[in-house]
Amino acid sequence: MTRLKADQRHAVRFSLNGKPVEDEAEPRMLLSDFLRHQLGATGTHVGCEHGVCGACTVVVDGMLTRSCLTLAAQVDGCELKTVEGLAPSADRLGVLQQAFRRNHALQCGFCTAGILMSLDHYLSRHPTPSEAEIRDLLSGHICRCTGYTPIIQAALEAAAELTSSKKETSNA
Amino acid sequence: MKPPTFDYLRAGSVGEVLEGLAQQGGDARILAGGQSLMAMLNMRLAKPKLLIDIMRLEELRQIERKGDTVIIGAGARQADLLAWPELAEALPLVSLALPWVGHMQTRSRGTICGSLAHADPSAEMPLALVALGGEVFLRNTRRRRRIAAKDFFAGMMLTARAEDELIEGISLPVVKGARVAFREVARRHGDFAIVACAAMKTQAGVRLAVGGVADVPIARDWPELEGTALDDALNAFAWELGARDDVHATARYRRDLVRMIGRDLIGEVLQ
Repeated sequence: MTRLKADQRHAVRFSLNGKPVEDEAEPRMLLSDFLRHQLGATGTHVGCEHGVCGACTVVVDGMLTRSCLTLAAQVDGCELKTVEGLAPSADRLGVLQQAFRRNHALQCGFCTAGILMSLDHYLSRHPTPSEAEIRDLLSGHICRCTGYTPIIQAALEAAAELTSSKKETSNA
Repeated sequence: MKPPTFDYLRAGSVGEVLEGLAQQGGDARILAGGQSLMAMLNMRLAKPKLLIDIMRLEELRQIERKGDTVIIGAGARQADLLAWPELAEALPLVSLALPWVGHMQTRSRGTICGSLAHADPSAEMPLALVALGGEVFLRNTRRRRRIAAKDFFAGMMLTARAEDELIEGISLPVVKGARVAFREVARRHGDFAIVACAAMKTQAGVRLAVGGVADVPIARDWPELEGTALDDALNAFAWELGARDDVHATARYRRDLVRMIGRDLIGEVLQ
C-alpha cells in the first residue's frame, strides 16, 4: 500500500519517449501539468481540462490517455509516449507529421499534438483504416480551424505511405 | 480547473481498498479509469479527502464467462471488454452499446463498473445493465451483497452503494440466441445520449429499456405487441418516464424519440 499525503510532494518516475524521467508532484497534480510544468514537455497541450477536447491526449502503457483526466501519481512506473516522441530526429518529421504538413491538416496547431498521438497509436494497430474509422477516431478530438477534412486526408495518406514502405522493407 | 487536494492511496489488495473506504467513509472515492471522476474533480463537483486507486489490482480485472453469466470486475476497462473475443456471442447487446460509450480515447481507460458507479442517467452501460437484468456485487469490510440492476440505480447519479462499499464487479446474463437491438440519439457520436434505447426479445414477449429520459434507466416488458396496441403501450411508457426539458432537448422531443425508436427496435427484434 502506498498512501501519498495531500499536502506533500512525492517522487514520480516514468519513462517518457524511452527516457527515464523523475520529479515530484502532489497527489492532485494532473499528468498534463506534470508533463508541461515539471518536465518542460510542453508539446502536450491543455484545452478543456475535463476530457472532452482531446488536445492533451498521450499514450500510457499502450493506451490512449487524456492526460488531464490522469494524475501524475497514477502513471508512476509506466511508459509514456508524447508528441515529442514522434519525430525520428530533431530535424526530421515523421511520416504522419509530414502528411499533416503537406495537407494543411493544422492551422493554429493547438489540437494537433493530441490528434497526432491518437492517429499514431491507431495507425500502428490498424495500418489500413477506412475514412469512416478515421472519422470515428477523430470524434474524440475537437479542432476549430481545419474542418477536419485535411486531417482525414493526411491520415489516409500517411497510412498508405506507411503500409507501402513496410512492403518495400519486407520485399528487400 | 485543477482538482482539490486529497490523499492518494495506491491499493495493493482488495482488503486495503475496503479498509480505506471503512476509515474514510463518505470522504473516500474509488479511482478506476478516472474518465468520470477526474472530470468531476477538475470541475470541483466532488471533493473527496482520499482517492483509492484500484487499477494495480489484477484480481479486479477479470472478464470471464461462468455458465450463463459473464462476470466483469471493477478494473476491467471498456476497451478490454470490447476486445474480448466472446463479446458478440455472449453479450450482443453490450457489443452494440459499448461503441457508443465516450470515444476510443476514453474507452481505453474508462471502466465498465466506473460508468455504473457514476450512474449518469443517459449513459449506455447503466442502460445495458438494466436491460439485461444484471447484478452488481458490493463489498465492505464486513459483508458482500448482490443487488439487482433495477434496485441499484437510485436516482440521477445516485446508486444503492453504501459509502463504505466497493463495487467489486457485475454479472450479466448470457441470453442464448437473444435478438437484441440498440439505438441512440446524441448531438455528436460519443456525447451523452438524448435518448438511448435497448430492445430484447424475451420468452414472454419483448423488453424495451430507455436511458436519458427518466432519472435512471428503466426497462419495461410487454407480450408480443403490434400495430396500435404497440403504439399505445409505447405512448403510455413514454409519458410515464417523466421527460423534462433541458438544454439538449425538449421533453416532447424525448417522448417522440421513445415512441419512434421503441417501435423500430421492437420491430427489429420481433422480426
